[in-house]
Amino acid sequence: MPNGILVFAEHRGGAFNKTSFEAVAAAQQLGASLGQPVSAVVLGTDAALASQVATYKLDKVVSVENPKLSDYTPDGYADAMERAVRALDPQFVIMPHTYLVRDYAPKLAARFGKDLISDCVRASVADGAVTFSRRIFQGKIDADVVANGEPPVFATFQSGAYRADQAERGGEAAAVESLPVEVGEVRMQPEEPFQEVKQAVDLTKADTIIAIGRGIKGQEHIALAQQLADLLGGEIAASRPICDAGWLPIDRQIGSSGQTVTPKLYIALGISGAIQHLVGMKNSSTIVAVNKDPEAPIFDIADYGIVGDLFEVIPVLTEEIKKLKG
Amino acid sequence: MKIIVLMKQVANKDAILRINKSETWIEEGDLSHEVNESDGYALEEALRLKEKHGGGEVVVCSLGPQRVKSVIKDALARGADRAIHVVSDDTAQLGPYAAAKVLSEAIKDEQADLVLTGLQSDDNGYAQTGVILAELLGLPHATIVIEVDASGEGLRVKRELESGWYQWYAMTRPALLTIQSGISQIRYATLKGIMAAKKKEIKELAPDAEALGAAAHQRITKVYFPQKTKQTQFLGDGDAKAGAAQLAEKLRTEARIF
Ligand SMILES: Cc1cc2nc3c(=O)[nH]c(=O)nc-3n(C[C@H](O)[C@H](O)[C@H](O)COP(=O)(O)OP(=O)(O)OC[C@H]3O[C@@H](n4cnc5c(N)ncnc54)[C@H](O)[C@@H]3O)c2cc1C
Ligand SMILES: Cc1cc2nc3c(=O)[nH]c(=O)nc-3n(C[C@H](O)[C@H](O)[C@H](O)COP(=O)(O)OP(=O)(O)OC[C@H]3O[C@@H](n4cnc5c(N)ncnc54)[C@H](O)[C@@H]3O)c2cc1C
Repeated sequence: MPNGILVFAEHRGGAFNKTSFEAVAAAQQLGASLGQPVSAVVLGTDAALASQVATYKLDKVVSVENPKLSDYTPDGYADAMERAVRALDPQFVIMPHTYLVRDYAPKLAARFGKDLISDCVRASVADGAVTFSRRIFQGKIDADVVANGEPPVFATFQSGAYRADQAERGGEAAAVESLPVEVGEVRMQPEEPFQEVKQAVDLTKADTIIAIGRGIKGQEHIALAQQLADLLGGEIAASRPICDAGWLPIDRQIGSSGQTVTPKLYIALGISGAIQHLVGMKNSSTIVAVNKDPEAPIFDIADYGIVGDLFEVIPVLTEEIKKLKG
Repeated sequence: MKIIVLMKQVANKDAILRINKSETWIEEGDLSHEVNESDGYALEEALRLKEKHGGGEVVVCSLGPQRVKSVIKDALARGADRAIHVVSDDTAQLGPYAAAKVLSEAIKDEQADLVLTGLQSDDNGYAQTGVILAELLGLPHATIVIEVDASGEGLRVKRELESGWYQWYAMTRPALLTIQSGISQIRYATLKGIMAAKKKEIKELAPDAEALGAAAHQRITKVYFPQKTKQTQFLGDGDAKAGAAQLAEKLRTEARIF
């Protein structure tokens, strides 16, 4: 009988990802509601890292070991995790929805003939049944999802859905078990991770950021937003599609694959508010959103919102600020 | 080099979404559609690889009802050589495993050197179809790819990691790559391309029955608008200009920006 919850703790080069402990928190809450034990798995060459996770309140930490796991590869991780899941026979496998998990976990699930319930923002339990909630249509709609068929159920949780500091620590360290596994042929070799050459603009130092999204429609309209930025002594920034299109350089991109900023004022003009954008700016002190769609997810984190056309808003806003500044 | 590109049609990004009566999906009737954003970049990358490495073939494959023909025709006009349309009007909920299974049956005999997909869809957003497809086809894969070097025997691909980090992977070929938006600038279809597209082959296939029948592993029970967690002050009450004037005042008095 499959039993228990297995949580995948991710690390890169020996450093655990914060979202791993968010996943631990999610797994612990699920475990408490279902009355099931929670164990963690750590992949690596030896058990050294597993002890770092053992400080959490867990049934045990399984150190899944093979020399081929020294660097992350999707082939290596999928093989090792498949063997671990088959050996441990859990009912749920919980993972953080990171780039690394996105890269190998669908392959893992496919080995069991299934897919992942991916990028969940919540899980709730009623009468012993779990409902997962996912955000679809780029954050515009929520969907409640139930798993069908035989365990294990594979689910990943969005970064920030649970708080890492909610993960409970144990009274004493959890037992660490070594599980040597076989790993087949690895068809890819990673090189060293790197960052692109130093960014020309450091948006993290800006007090005011005027950010534009696809709602700006054309490169020629960026001047409009630039005027507002100049007036407020701020910097111009953008969502990804604006940089993808080459309208602004990539070092002005805010979000999971761009910069993370916390200015005093962030004005989002024609940005819908996809999670990958929000993670880069949601901790700004004051957030203003201008969007013609009243249901745009950006309003969920805005202090001030204007539902309307940014081409009407910007000129008036610029004029009024000029007047008030005198 | 033979390259297959998987392209999905999704609801237009600007579409105002409404929830259907049974609260199980959105109202599809009045939606307009467009190509999934990253899939457009996957096509562009395929065309560039073909041009750079002295020819071959770019084959587009899409699964969906007849309306996805507009995505296919646009891809052919941009320069794809031919297309496979797996025709299905079934709006039943099929997860990424079933979708990948249907797609793998449709393309497995093509023996492509490269299969390119987008990194995730703008509607369901599972971010899995490509990786599952690689597993079903027995191919190595890399996700969130932002540069491809196919000049050697194998491949070198640059993957995007979190927070501005990148990593190159060397891998064997054939392979499947999921492409990130922004990998290169997308070309427009020319008039000549649009004319040429009319003569290109679009092969229609029925989805593999067994793959279709594969049990769904997840079922949507309800869809709804997310609950707001923050108290937003909405300004202007629908009048954008009035809202702008109020905002200027609030930025001065409440937020004390200036
Ligand atoms: C792995 C990965 C990494 C990513 N990294 C990032 C990242 O770092 N940063 C990032 O931003 N995105 C990132 N994305 C992309 C992200 O998912 C979204 O696609 C993107 O943020 C959408 O940009 P947008 O809001 O400008 O465009 P859209 O979603 O198209 O939104 C445009 C908005 O403008 C509004 N609008 C249109 N016209 C007007 C008008 N006249 N007046 C007012 N409003 C108007 C519309 O209502 C809409 O809400 C990433 C995606 C993935 C999968
Ligand atoms: C028989 C059948 C009928 C379907 N009918 C509909 C329908 O009526 N309406 C609808 O919206 N969806 C339909 N689907 C598609 C299905 O709901 C999703 O596409 C699937 O679950 C994958 O999820 P995703 O798009 O979020 O995948 P992701 O994993 O996020 O997609 C990643 C990438 O996979 C590729 N991809 C995904 N789906 C397709 C596709 N259909 N064709 C080509 N490439 C693709 C794209 O390159 C995409 O960028 C149908 C699927 C099947 C198998």
